[in-house]
Amino acid sequence: MLQALTLILICQLVGETVVLLTGLPIPGPVLGMLVLLGWLFLRGGIPENVGRTADALLAHFSLLFVPAGVGVMLHWERIQGQWRAIAAALLAGTLITLAVTALTMAGAQRLLAARKGRVRGEADD
Amino acid sequence: MTETPLAEIWVYLAASPLLWLSATLVCYLLADRLYRFGRGSPLLNPVAIAVALLIGILVITDTPYAVYFDGAQFVHFLLGPATVSLAIPLYRQRERLGALALPIGAALLVGVLTASLSAIGLAAWLGADVATLVSLAPKSVTAPVAMGISEKLGGIPSLTAVLVVSTGIVGAVFGTAVLRLLRIRDDAVKGITMGVTSHGIGTARAFQVSPAMGAFSGLAMALSAFLTAALLPSLLNWLGLARG
Repeated sequence: MLQALTLILICQLVGETVVLLTGLPIPGPVLGMLVLLGWLFLRGGIPENVGRTADALLAHFSLLFVPAGVGVMLHWERIQGQWRAIAAALLAGTLITLAVTALTMAGAQRLLAARKGRVRGEADD
Repeated sequence: MTETPLAEIWVYLAASPLLWLSATLVCYLLADRLYRFGRGSPLLNPVAIAVALLIGILVITDTPYAVYFDGAQFVHFLLGPATVSLAIPLYRQRERLGALALPIGAALLVGVLTASLSAIGLAAWLGADVATLVSLAPKSVTAPVAMGISEKLGGIPSLTAVLVVSTGIVGAVFGTAVLRLLRIRDDAVKGITMGVTSHGIGTARAFQVSPAMGAFSGLAMALSAFLTAALLPSLLNWLGLARG
């Protein structure tokens, strides 16, 4: 558990350091995730304790967003003044994004499957 | 010297991080209990309910957010290691990932652009100012990333954090219903859609549906964070919203 946690923190530290040094426009933890992913591929598997620790951290992923969410109380005035714009962006914008993303991926999959089917069909001829 | 012992205890506890750290956990556990009691109805989103409970307590006790965050920062800190941990479910899905590279790439690109442009377009049309627009632009990206992007481009990072969490909640509440309406059953498509639209909160919701959906959502959340960080500066520049 401790070893696994250390590994995860070091991956994040590497990520943060590289971002600071290179000025990449992405956050350290996201890069750290890629570092850990690379390490897993090099190793060819997930050590049991690393898997368990990661699952424990992810089991209550929602909880970790609560402190940032409470920050809404800092912005009452701005939100009250522009609530229609913000509500529309949050509600309609998010529903549009859900639908467009899902339809794009499902469409791309169908296109790909159709093309594969056609190639297979021609090979059969 | 008119203070009662209870008030003294309150003054002492309110000054230590322990109180608000405990309050965060208790409110979340209550919200989670309610969510389970409601048989996992997405309308009882635990993040939304925990946030509402905590704001109520802070307002009643007249506690400023900065004092609250002194305690809550320990929970907030775990966002980093948890984001790194997403590598694990991703690695577990590596075989499906390779086979789906093209559709996933298409969904990410279109999804990321739709998320930012729909938010900017709708809010601009309804009269939001530039700072609000820039703060809204990265709303579908995971909080630490979105706050960084917002700060760099002239938004208000703490406002972005709130918009990000709200977007996550909207996606988690309506996501499964929208996907059902569109008759999408594949866990890969469902997961990617949740991750692109509503980052970690959507991913948490996806994990409640199935581990495969959660893994794809985690992947989409990570990749869309990269993509948004890379695309948004030029996009805002092109729209004339970038600072300087």
